[in-house]
Amino acid sequence: MKQARFEKLHQATWDAFAGKVQALHSGTAQPEHSTHFNQDYRRICQHLALAKQRGYSAPLLEELQQLALQGHQQFYRHKSPILAQLLIFIVIDFPSTVRQQWRCMALSAGLFFGSFALMATLIGLFPELIYSLLSPSQVANMENMYDPAQRQVGPLSLRNHQDDWVMFGFYIMNNIGIAFQTFASGLLFGLGSAFFLLFNGLNIGAVAGHLTRIGYSETFWPFVIGHGAFELTAIVIAGAAGLKLGAVLIAPGSMTRAAALRTAASVSIRLVGGAIIFLLLAAFIEAYWSSSNSIAVPLKIAVGGGLWLLIMLYLFASGRARYAAQ
Amino acid sequence: MNNQSYPEYSGTHNRLDTLLYLETPEGIELPLRPAGLPVRVLAFVIDLLLRAALLALAGAAWLYLGKFGSGLASISAFILLWWYMVLFEVFNQGRTPGKQVLGLQVIHSDGTPVGWAGSLTRNLLRVVDLLPFAYCIGILSILSNANFQRLGDLAAGTLVVYQSRVSARQPMPEVDACASPLALTLAEQQALLSFAERHQQLSAQRSEELAAIIAPALQLPKAQAVTRLHSIARGIVGSV
Repeated sequence: MKQARFEKLHQATWDAFAGKVQALHSGTAQPEHSTHFNQDYRRICQHLALAKQRGYSAPLLEELQQLALQGHQQFYRHKSPILAQLLIFIVIDFPSTVRQQWRCMALSAGLFFGSFALMATLIGLFPELIYSLLSPSQVANMENMYDPAQRQVGPLSLRNHQDDWVMFGFYIMNNIGIAFQTFASGLLFGLGSAFFLLFNGLNIGAVAGHLTRIGYSETFWPFVIGHGAFELTAIVIAGAAGLKLGAVLIAPGSMTRAAALRTAASVSIRLVGGAIIFLLLAAFIEAYWSSSNSIAVPLKIAVGGGLWLLIMLYLFASGRARYAAQ
Repeated sequence: MNNQSYPEYSGTHNRLDTLLYLETPEGIELPLRPAGLPVRVLAFVIDLLLRAALLALAGAAWLYLGKFGSGLASISAFILLWWYMVLFEVFNQGRTPGKQVLGLQVIHSDGTPVGWAGSLTRNLLRVVDLLPFAYCIGILSILSNANFQRLGDLAAGTLVVYQSRVSARQPMPEVDACASPLALTLAEQQALLSFAERHQQLSAQRSEELAAIIAPALQLPKAQAVTRLHSIARGIVGSV
């Protein structure tokens, strides 16, 4: 069949398909745009193959390729219902990914909590060590925030309740920023993640050790224990995600480094997603629970400890019955 | 399919251009054209300016609205820094405003539209691409990769491609159809078709020059070579 006749025969089909694709593309699709979409798409593909085979002119091929590509983008997607997906992610995917990556998690937790404990202990023994990490004004600022004489403790102490949501936004921005940094810098063979884990562990450990030493435990620990459960775990998880990237870059195994990185990144991004959820919860708790001074200290400690247990239980147990449920 | 006849459309032969062929389950090959460094830098600059302008607006809110404004400014700074690219790419067919202006699009390397996981991965890892300053790592990665992927793209399995655009079809020259004096292969037929379809874009001198190359092989008189080639092309297209 010659090209002119081929075009004349099928031009109407192509125009109709172009209309459908355009409607789907711009989001103004009606139900009738989706009916018989698969048949229409396959017909376009067949016409393209025929046109190529018969050596029709380049502009015609381009037109058909364009239609096929647009159809392909509408037809094939990585997509599923977002709410169900989120639920599955929280209940099954995230905790099982954390367990599956236990080596990175252990290393990350070791780096972070190890440096935290080390620094807190050292500050107890050598009090002036804190000035090697923080400037005197930062230390004074810290002491001021957790002074038991304050009406309200924590970074919120100088503000009133109407500003809670402002601080909520600030915590989210600050903490998610830190988590993203810790994750992404893992691409430098894991060194960046290790650095940020150590850096944050040492800093937080120094502050905790210093405030405990000068007798502010009554205000500091009840304040941080609640949201710390989520916040510190989230940083460890983000660090583990970064270390995972670094690990496959150093030892890609039987794959090329690029392929290994791609595989690892799809695992890591799940960990980061979980860390984001944790940080949202942490910011919420910090703004509305931790900083409230109307709640008794023992209750705060008890709830905070409960949250730590809950998180451990969640990460260790949730989603194990996946195949049984199916 | 006989790939030998169409070197310009085969997937495996050596090519000078950067076209990437995607084989679909329907057994056809779709061409993707990855976008190179300069155009991506331009798109980034447009996005950067846009974000700077939005941030300046948020800063103004901070100045005039006091504490409420400062909350607004910090939240918008966070969104502009970490989510601007992701939200646009997921909700606007893989196009940030800068990419849209320049006709670029982010897709998965299997040709499907980019989703949350892909977009988040490539944009979070941007932090590493911009090390140690001015995107040095990203630029080196783009320049050393055949499909112009930076590290974030490699990890996410995404590509930045030109959105395919079809140029308006040129009408064939108005001449009478005639048969070719020799049997032509498909590749030769396609060359003649391209020559005829481009007749409006080529100057008369250039047309003659090109026609003179092939005229002896087809035993065409030199004076009418262009017209005769057009006629043969019409003959190949056929009549309705």
